[in-house]
Amino acid sequence: MNELSNRSRDIGEFIPQPDDDMIVCRCEEVTKGEIRKAVHEGLWTIAEIRRYLRCGMGLCQGQTCAKLVKGIVARELKVSPALLEPATSRSPMRPVEMHVFAKETEDTDL
Amino acid sequence: MMTADVIVIGAGIIGSASAYYLAKKGLKVIVLEKSDIIGNGGSSRNGGGVRQSGRDPREIPIAMYGIKNLWPHLSEELGYDVEYHQDGNLRLGKTPKHLETLKKLADKASAVGLDVRMIDADEVKEINPYLSDEVIGASWCPTDGHANPLKATLAYYMAARKLGVTFITGQDVTEIKKIRGKARAVVTQDDVYEGDSIVLAAGFASRKIAGTIGIDIPMISKLIECLVTEAEPPMFNQMLGTAEADFYGHQTNHGSFVFGGSTGFEMYKKDNGTPVNYSDTVPCICRGIIRYVPQLRDAKIVRSWAGWSDNMSDGVPIIDKVDEVPGLILACGFTGHGFGIAPGVGTVISQLVTDEDPVCDISGLRYDRFYAKDVAAGKAV
Ligand SMILES: Cc1cc2nc3c(=O)[nH]c(=O)nc-3n(C[C@H](O)[C@H](O)[C@H](O)COP(=O)(O)OP(=O)(O)OC[C@H]3O[C@@H](n4cnc5c(N)ncnc54)[C@H](O)[C@@H]3O)c2cc1C
Repeated sequence: MNELSNRSRDIGEFIPQPDDDMIVCRCEEVTKGEIRKAVHEGLWTIAEIRRYLRCGMGLCQGQTCAKLVKGIVARELKVSPALLEPATSRSPMRPVEMHVFAKETEDTDL
Repeated sequence: MMTADVIVIGAGIIGSASAYYLAKKGLKVIVLEKSDIIGNGGSSRNGGGVRQSGRDPREIPIAMYGIKNLWPHLSEELGYDVEYHQDGNLRLGKTPKHLETLKKLADKASAVGLDVRMIDADEVKEINPYLSDEVIGASWCPTDGHANPLKATLAYYMAARKLGVTFITGQDVTEIKKIRGKARAVVTQDDVYEGDSIVLAAGFASRKIAGTIGIDIPMISKLIECLVTEAEPPMFNQMLGTAEADFYGHQTNHGSFVFGGSTGFEMYKKDNGTPVNYSDTVPCICRGIIRYVPQLRDAKIVRSWAGWSDNMSDGVPIIDKVDEVPGLILACGFTGHGFGIAPGVGTVISQLVTDEDPVCDISGLRYDRFYAKDVAAGKAV
């Protein structure tokens, strides 16, 4: 058990900030305010935030914004960023065309 | 120790939806989740199909109930967009043998009242002009559709949490214990929780947990895989599948396509502790897609993933109270198609807890339906 386990722990109200319109994830155009609000809706892990808002799910797969998102979420939850696991990286690490991916074996007609 | 009216084990879409409908009835609910992440099991890894067609007749009533009464308003109900589309399901065939398979499935479903019928190549093309000319027919269920599983799962969680449900993550349930003849205590590595009812919705892990109170559930786990492409211009809104199960999937609101599929080795894949892709599966899914939707051959794949499905010996889940263990309710064994029926399942589970008659027929989903083959054959006569 840690500070993130009981999802009913009081983390205070959502208070608007002047830079809430700032875009944090450029691929999917997700703002700081959207990320902060999601935390107050109960999304307390990077994976949940990502699945709900798509930040880090675009073409760069979070290589640019991952650290920023982590900092924002940690501050909102008042915990150390070290407590937040990064999202999982998955194959393929760069976008690959379907017809290229399809040729894992010589035995195909494609 | 914490107590509640109901302890739910597992915060996938089944556990979270059950918690939501229970809280709506005014019950105090605690949900215990092993992972640190809500919905990290099959519920966030599935293909998003919200289908009635292609299902075993025993689970068609609960699928039909949800699609008629729950999915169309789910975004408003929960307060979060779950990206539900009801634009039909095409199950495609390229050979007379395929059409035979599809017709058998369609006939079984029609017999229990579902609107699903066979259509010819022209009608298929009218519905979806992007499909290969090799497609000679399909089964067509106009009321099927798809939704966004990531959002739907988290939406049930967020809405349940708003209604006062306590979710506790990082709680590995190791045992259910009886107190005075009733299932009541749920033991985790940290604590003991007590409830008047216990809903077991932990996917394949439900087998081990139910085992601690003497109930064995005949299921195994199976590794299945998916992929997602970059955003493409809008092409079509139907859910697609094929007679051979080469692939299935749809285009999302975001524009990306999510597809799943199989190589035939799913039952025999290694459990490395966490579900990971096999090197041959995504290529195989890609070949399936290109053979049916040629235009997607240049679409770029940005990500792939794998997940466990909890496969019951006869292909449909258990949604039932256990007579021998009063207080215990099972909701597991969804066999790779539990997402589409989750709203119906959550509703019915809340009714089983409060001793109401379920809104739809779940008599085919009982826990005591498993017989040796000779006995089963006798019963079928
Ligand atoms: C790749 C893939 C594609 C699919 N495609 C479709 C589709 O198109 N349409 C469809 O209808 N269905 C589909 N499914 C099936 C669907 O995803 C599942 O049937 C559904 O998500 C089941 O929900 P659940 O809540 O029972 O399971 P899960 O989401 O797996 O939830 C079970 C939860 O229990 C937790 N748990 C496990 N052990 C313990 C423990 N000891 N203590 C506490 N908690 C525990 C797990 O961590 C998990 O969060 C697919 C599945 C996969 C994997």
